[in-house]
Amino acid sequence: MSAAAHTATTVAPPPSSRHLAFLRRLLANRSFTIGLVLVGAVVLMALLANLIAPFDPLKGNFKARMVPPGAGHWLGTDHFGRDILSRILHGAQVSLRIGFLVALFTAVAGAVIGATAGYFRYADGPVMRLMDAFMAFPPIILAIAISAVLGASVTNVVIALAIAATPHTARVVRASVMVVREMEYVEAARALGAGHARILLRHVLANAMAPLVVRVTYVFAIAILNEAVLSFIGVGPPPPTPTFGAIIANGRDFIVAAPWITVAPGMAILVSVLGLNMLGDGLRDVLDPRMAVTTR
Amino acid sequence: MIRFILRRLLASIPVLLLVSLITFGLLWLVPGDPASMFLDAGATAEALDRVRREMGLDQPFLVRMAQWYGRVLQGDLGQSLLLNRSVAGAILERLPVTLSLTALAFVVSVMLGVAAGVLAAVRHGRLADQGMMTLALIGLSIPEFWLGLVLIWLIAVMVPIFPAGDYVAFATDPWQWAYHIALPTFSLACVQMGFVARMTRSSMLEVLGQDFIRTARAKGLPESYVVVRHGLHNAMVPIVTVMGIMVGALLGGAVVTEQVFSIPGLGRLIIGAVLSRDFPVIQGGLLFLALIYLAVNLAVDLLYAAIDPRVRLE
Repeated sequence: MSAAAHTATTVAPPPSSRHLAFLRRLLANRSFTIGLVLVGAVVLMALLANLIAPFDPLKGNFKARMVPPGAGHWLGTDHFGRDILSRILHGAQVSLRIGFLVALFTAVAGAVIGATAGYFRYADGPVMRLMDAFMAFPPIILAIAISAVLGASVTNVVIALAIAATPHTARVVRASVMVVREMEYVEAARALGAGHARILLRHVLANAMAPLVVRVTYVFAIAILNEAVLSFIGVGPPPPTPTFGAIIANGRDFIVAAPWITVAPGMAILVSVLGLNMLGDGLRDVLDPRMAVTTR
Repeated sequence: MIRFILRRLLASIPVLLLVSLITFGLLWLVPGDPASMFLDAGATAEALDRVRREMGLDQPFLVRMAQWYGRVLQGDLGQSLLLNRSVAGAILERLPVTLSLTALAFVVSVMLGVAAGVLAAVRHGRLADQGMMTLALIGLSIPEFWLGLVLIWLIAVMVPIFPAGDYVAFATDPWQWAYHIALPTFSLACVQMGFVARMTRSSMLEVLGQDFIRTARAKGLPESYVVVRHGLHNAMVPIVTVMGIMVGALLGGAVVTEQVFSIPGLGRLIIGAVLSRDFPVIQGGLLFLALIYLAVNLAVDLLYAAIDPRVRLE
């Protein structure tokens, strides 16, 4: 690390080779590569759902209700005769999109709020008390309540989950911004006459990114888990939209007669979340080795 | 220490005010008229008027807010629109169920998680370490309500070892209570177990690499004594600090787990209210959970200050 910093002061290597070196370190990390393969596989299946799903995920077939896994239906069918594999593939589309949008919104909101609190001292107290108040609610309960109040739709689920995940993210950004704020290069930039906006964007946030990237990867995983909870409870995207949680909710009453309806989508959640968690662990090891394990 | 406690109590007042403001503001998020969301589309104008009056929606916003604070400070959370009883009464009746499930899952996840983490740290890099950490990672990634359903299928129906529901109150029969709450507790504790195991391992690895551990070993102390007395005691400090967050996650998880195992706790009350748009119960439940969570965090902070005196000076 110090060697790299040293070369940077004398002859800065071209950016492309720095990025390559970083990529090489990431790919050498076992957790990151396994995570990348798992997430890549799930994303690929979601993207290709329209092409590879053997059946229409929404169309029932009353002649083929609750068919166990076998040749015709690889993962069986539900009580409407809908093909579970097709529903999971299309469900992955919806669930991953929700997870991605939540991660994106949380990253932006967390960066803005965290940077404001960490950089401007007068804003720190009020902003962080407000975040503390939001963090006083168990995140999933807050998401359930917001989603229930706004009404069930994909957009509202994204809003609810993003609100629930933002306070913790803002706190992570604030902590790293407060460290970077005191760095000499920030003082140098100020001495050169740079304004707050330039210092914040070019110097402070750029150097405080690492913990945010790691946190957002975990937020993606948490969002997939929590979307499943919302759908399971009945405040997720309205039926017949297939999501991982909605398929499980459908299978719940048939857990004894037709366990495949419930088991398969849960495995899909497990693989997606496991992959994202491993990606996050790998990113953390490479970007920010000192950061502690994060929680849900 | 007394000064620390007083300062900590004072600092929680603005948070409390904001928490209740958020809970109150929730109703303001409702698109359109909350009363018509609660009632069916075919409701009569009189019925709508009645519900609006019950919810106080006929008053201006600021008046409603003042009334809300006035009532909440007296412990009155209003009337449920559906259950025909006071929200506080309904919550208090169900609270012990949820708290006992949460507390039990907390104890189980801390005990098993710490044990797994210590084992992994002591066997660093070996098979036991890798096995434990793989399990912890999987535990962390499992949707807890799904695990509950799978456990019902496998351990309650296929091989009937534990019952799949039929909650028995602790006061009625402690043994039956433990027997019936075993599966919900395990499915709830799983995630936090993985979390604690990972934290304990990394914290233990850091402590075990320090000089005083080498000194303890050099003195000829038995290895188990070094690991537990010198190692674990110091490694527990960061774990204590995240206990508050853990309780929050467990409370949230308990709400969902109750739904899976048909346990008559706060979670079923809140989710029932969510599905029928019984807004006073949703608000009351939220406020109550937040109060519990804040109280736990206060206790954790005090505990932390008691363990580590440096904290008091911050």
